[in-house]
Amino acid sequence: MAPFHLLLTLCVLAIAGFFIGRSKSFAVCSAQGGPRALHSRPIYYGILTAIWCAVPALIVFSFWYFFQSTIIMDLVIADLPDPIRFLPEDRLNLVVNDIKNIVAGNIVAGNISPAIQAAADHYKSLEKTAQVALSVIITAMAIIAIAGVYLKITPTLRARNYVEKIIEGLLIACTSLAVFTTIGIVASVFYEAIRFFKIVPVYKFLFGLQWSPQMAIHAEQIGSSGAFGAIPVILGTMLIAGIAMCVAVPVGLMAAIYLAEYANKNFRNIAKPLLEILAGIPTVVYGFFAALVVAPAIRDAGGILGFSVSSESALAAGIVMGIMIIPFVSSLSDDVINAVPQSLRDGALSLGSTRSETITNVVLPAALPGIVGGVLLAVSRAIGETMIVVMAAGLSANLTVNPFQAVTTVTVQIVTLLVGDQEFDSAKTLAAFALGLLLFVITLALNVVALIVVRKYREHYE
Amino acid sequence: MNNLNKRAVPGNGRTIDIVKKGLNKRYRKERRFRVFGWAAVMISLGFLFLLFISIISNGYTAFQQTMVRLDVYLDTDVIDKDDLAGADYAKLIHEALLSVYPDVTKYNEKRKLYELVSTGAAYRLRDFVAKNRHAIGTTIQIWVPADDDVDMLIKGHIDRKTPQSRRRINDRQLAWVDHLISRGQVKKVFNMTFFTSGDSREPELAGIWGAVCGSFYTLIVTLVLSFPIGGAAAVYLEEFAPKNRWTDIIEVNINNLAAVPSIVYGLLGLAVFLNFFGLPRSVPLVGGLVLTLMTLPTIIIVGRSALKAVSPSIREAGLSIGASKVQLVAHHVLPQALPGMLTGTIIGMAQALGETAPLLMIGMVAFIVDIPAGFTDPSTVLPVQIYLWADSPERAFLEKTSAAIMVLLLFLMIMNATAVFLRRIFEKRQ
Repeated sequence: MAPFHLLLTLCVLAIAGFFIGRSKSFAVCSAQGGPRALHSRPIYYGILTAIWCAVPALIVFSFWYFFQSTIIMDLVIADLPDPIRFLPEDRLNLVVNDIKNIVAGNIVAGNISPAIQAAADHYKSLEKTAQVALSVIITAMAIIAIAGVYLKITPTLRARNYVEKIIEGLLIACTSLAVFTTIGIVASVFYEAIRFFKIVPVYKFLFGLQWSPQMAIHAEQIGSSGAFGAIPVILGTMLIAGIAMCVAVPVGLMAAIYLAEYANKNFRNIAKPLLEILAGIPTVVYGFFAALVVAPAIRDAGGILGFSVSSESALAAGIVMGIMIIPFVSSLSDDVINAVPQSLRDGALSLGSTRSETITNVVLPAALPGIVGGVLLAVSRAIGETMIVVMAAGLSANLTVNPFQAVTTVTVQIVTLLVGDQEFDSAKTLAAFALGLLLFVITLALNVVALIVVRKYREHYE
Repeated sequence: MNNLNKRAVPGNGRTIDIVKKGLNKRYRKERRFRVFGWAAVMISLGFLFLLFISIISNGYTAFQQTMVRLDVYLDTDVIDKDDLAGADYAKLIHEALLSVYPDVTKYNEKRKLYELVSTGAAYRLRDFVAKNRHAIGTTIQIWVPADDDVDMLIKGHIDRKTPQSRRRINDRQLAWVDHLISRGQVKKVFNMTFFTSGDSREPELAGIWGAVCGSFYTLIVTLVLSFPIGGAAAVYLEEFAPKNRWTDIIEVNINNLAAVPSIVYGLLGLAVFLNFFGLPRSVPLVGGLVLTLMTLPTIIIVGRSALKAVSPSIREAGLSIGASKVQLVAHHVLPQALPGMLTGTIIGMAQALGETAPLLMIGMVAFIVDIPAGFTDPSTVLPVQIYLWADSPERAFLEKTSAAIMVLLLFLMIMNATAVFLRRIFEKRQ
């Protein structure tokens, strides 16, 4: 049976199990005066049967599929004629790929040797056997489970408690996925980064002043020795993020102040959703806008004023990134400004200060920790932003703080190093993971600090 | 009191005079501050309008396409009735063009002439012949797509005044096009190709349908996984979890995951799904898995706040009549919180629809012509298609990019409007 049909069968069996369990519960209680005599409502007996029928079978099913191809492949390789079996690792991998392609019915390059054809046939027959075995095992498991639960159902069986325990277990499993994601990120990125640091020492990566991630293919090749000093990349990231902050913080903050303190209700009702639209626009659209409108405009303006401005200037990417972050800053600041108690404002106004004096001397100092937290979150956003810089910033890692020149960022480098096919043993590819680790650590640190600051601030006024 | 007097004395008037003296200055400052605030709002909105205007003005022309009418003689020597697919339809198109301009004889000139219509014209002709077998041997009139350069010329994106060497269309071709226009053989029609075909190297044949399908399959995977898992996690954390250090760690963890740059999820997908589990590249299944991990924190956080908003009286009432915790949640709390959780899911889906960076990492950036038909077919998604087109040098791809952005924004608007609509219904009920 194909996997899909097998799952369908399992589904049907589980539904059957539900009805069998439920009717058994009705049957066992009929002598004692109906469902009232049962510990749980009949539906729980049905659910319990269905769960016992489906869950263990599903677990076996997924494990089976997880290991099936590897095990079968090992069996096939063990049966290959000796000259092929003792090929070096990489040649053997080619043969394995050929076999897999034949099995999948793909077009295979070159002509197929009879040995490989035989191996492919062997693979197919083993696969068929495995398929039949799995079908038998799963169906048997499901039926045995139904029978087992059926025999166990008595009026005193605490079906509801069991079912609820299982549901709670499922909920815990779903929650722990979040933790597994974090572990997955840390482990995968860390593992590849460690491999990178075995080739390039950590201090050279962190403090090197030159970044040109080209590794020589031949030992005698000239001009591609590969330099993995992350400083120019980090500096470029900081430059663009800094420009973005110069745009986003004043504009976002003033907009939030105006909307919270000055604007009348109608203006607010129109302006706020419009600002939210700005937040909902995909970053690839901003990237297009930066590359199409802002970068040429800045280059032309620079040409008129007599500077030479690169068409991939840090300024263009930074400004557009700033625009993207404006709504982020303004909505966070809006929250903290609104959280400042009205009594503070009333106090200041009653002493005769103007509104702007109230805001700058009373409201903003009170809201400062929250605003700082929001700005830190915005910085971490700017550092991790990818599409705008990929489309509008440069590729060459210049060690400069001149906003009119092209710089590159951590995310741009990750994308350029990893897009397309790649080998997983070259320093070039692994460097992307080292950069990813750097990015993760920096943004994590910023987020943790920001969340602590914001939380402290909230506790202050609640 | 003494103290106060001393501070007020330095001028030789009363305090009120000093205050009045500074008042104008302070009011001016107040007005300035207010204008700054107003300007900040206007600057942000100005950027928004500039963005929309630049995209719409660049992209609206992509919804039309230039077609050329040709009188094609379906030569029985070229088309074999038994082997329709094998015939050289391009040759028929070329002969049709030559019959209009018999004076073109040189090889180079002929090539320039042939470049007026798209290479897709041959496919149009093939489809026509397949449908109308009886027309073989006669002369037919057929509208075929023009080449992208002609299309750009007709739409006014190529300036006729630029010198020939810097123009993609030479003077001879200009004359031909003008002649065709005067004979009524050129018209602009609604661009169906853009909505029905996959990607192509030829701008006039490229469409977004492949990318839309890819986005659809990817989002289905994301939705099917992230809504139940995110919902279950939110329910556990809000309703069942004991308040101890572990749940604290999980909570902080989820808040941090929501702020992890999306590209890091791409790295995770590359290292875990592609390299470790050996799943295929460029498929919606893997894209959906990565986007699931990315949107889960959002869905969990919004879901939790929706659960928090359910009034405690309902919980107390449920528990007091003897419902178990699971029964209480399933029968009373969840139905109340569901619209809020759905809103969160839609927001998460909108985020996933617009996401590009992590998908680049798992190879969804390939050039794919075929329309994907399933979860394991190589495909690309709408934002990645935009990124790919934005990188193409042809002028015609510029308007395609802008048009694709318009379609993407339209989808996002529909999703967000649904979320707002759901929230309204929810608020009304309470």
